[in-house]
Amino acid sequence: MKVLVCVKQTFDTEAKIELKDGKIADAGINLIINPYDEVAVEGGIQLKEKKVVDEVVVLSAGSDKAMDAIRTALAMGADRGILIKQDTGADEYARAIALAAAIKEENPDIILAGHVAADDGSSQVPTRIAEILGLPHINVITEIEVADGKATCTCEADGGTLVAEVVLPAVISSQVSWNEPRYPSMKGIMQAKKKPVTTADAAAADNKVTIIEFAMPPAKQAGIKVEDDPEVCAAKLADWMKNTVKIEV
Amino acid sequence: MAGTWVIVEQRDGNIRKVTYEMLSEAKKIGDEVSAVVFGKSVEGLASEFAKYGADKVYAVEGDVFAEYNTGAYVAQLAAMIAEYSPNAVLFAHTFNGRDFASRMAQKLEAGLATDAIAVELSAGKGVFTRAIYAGKALAKVEVATNPVMATIRAGVMEVVESAGAGAVVKPAIAATAADVYQNIKSFVPTVSARPDLTEAETVVSGGRGCKGPDGIKLVETLADLLGAAVGGSRASIDSGWLGHELQVGQTGKVVCPNLYIAAGISGAIQHLAGMSSSKFIAAINTDPEAPIFNVSDFGVVADLFKVIPTLVTELKK
Repeated sequence: MKVLVCVKQTFDTEAKIELKDGKIADAGINLIINPYDEVAVEGGIQLKEKKVVDEVVVLSAGSDKAMDAIRTALAMGADRGILIKQDTGADEYARAIALAAAIKEENPDIILAGHVAADDGSSQVPTRIAEILGLPHINVITEIEVADGKATCTCEADGGTLVAEVVLPAVISSQVSWNEPRYPSMKGIMQAKKKPVTTADAAAADNKVTIIEFAMPPAKQAGIKVEDDPEVCAAKLADWMKNTVKIEV
Repeated sequence: MAGTWVIVEQRDGNIRKVTYEMLSEAKKIGDEVSAVVFGKSVEGLASEFAKYGADKVYAVEGDVFAEYNTGAYVAQLAAMIAEYSPNAVLFAHTFNGRDFASRMAQKLEAGLATDAIAVELSAGKGVFTRAIYAGKALAKVEVATNPVMATIRAGVMEVVESAGAGAVVKPAIAATAADVYQNIKSFVPTVSARPDLTEAETVVSGGRGCKGPDGIKLVETLADLLGAAVGGSRASIDSGWLGHELQVGQTGKVVCPNLYIAAGISGAIQHLAGMSSSKFIAAINTDPEAPIFNVSDFGVVADLFKVIPTLVTELKK
């Protein structure tokens, strides 16, 4: 069996976001694997370690810079990579088309991805890929068991925890609490340089969503700050909660 | 225009508040508003949606809809969209809502704006404001595919009561058991007397400054007095003091309650992204330079272990 993991390169979650000429400024920003995708990579590698799958392929669509995300996944333990060159302005539809076309060529048994990207927060692409390929999907998993051509997944759901089963091949998206991604070892980083990565151009697709403008959220003004005896502070805070926020106890 | 549809979020007849928020928002737009509710037997819920302005209620009933599953819900909604041609379909930005909307959008090869915090609808077009980078920036996007689709963040839009006719429509059932591809084995509800983190009016969160389960206990005591949800920063999740589903921040939940109380949270940018759109923010931290104070309406520079017990006593007065 083969697992394919989709990864997106995103800004570091610690990055401060600023606008330059009406666009999100990217100068000097540290780029990482989307943390939700990193968990999917770890999940794929663990499936190989448990001998559930024989191969872990990592796939990314983006600019040449996305090669760093692929190399990081290879250093963690993925076997080979595929970079689909695509304009970073592609929307969820266009990205799903590009990724699905590459996945179809690979014909994997399990397709993993993070359930959402930390940059655009869309949480659409894994589900769209499943629809394009006509495959079942399960989102936001925190555990997986693979047996008899099926995946049984525990998922974070609205107001509870769900266990659901799908027949493979299927698209499965990860929640960050699934696992703790490993740091690449020095040996892994050295080996990653020799692992094969193929590149191809993205399948053509037009965006369905148009960005009109970017803006910064209204700046929050710092308000009252009290430094005093803790009991005095607590009484003032209680007054503020009752009189300004108008909470009812 | 052929109306705005709001996909109801419910489980066992318990309707999520975001449903009413979406109905109220749709009503403001002025076009006909319909609630679309799926379930085994849901017609009886119709009057609930009429209270918030639903002119029509599409009651989609059948065993195949008893539990949310993407396959049957998408097959059914696709058939209904083809039959009734709504101008726009709004889903909640819950786990189910985004799953449903994403697969629906792709089936129609349409655009979708997820996690919208502002909505402008006109014939054949929707303009949505979305929070990106977990709220560190905003993007205004246009969706002009048919129907216009978006998922709406909970807690942002105001609930306004306004009487609608709530006329029940029973659409033809197009989905069958063959459309189901997720075999749901079990659902275990979170056992908590506290409200859902993303729906709560008040959230009390604990961070590194809680130092351990004893500090979290104080956070919980305050939360329970206020009928609030409990949340945490990454430090208290990674330390195992709170479950991951309670993490507030860029890799956790984004919340926008009326009041957010941050106890022992310094305010790393990752955390601020998840809570700074709250209406009122209070912070308790021993470090006067903590970044959390830059976004706080009321900051207390003191030890939470001393402040919270007194605060609880004062609030009870």
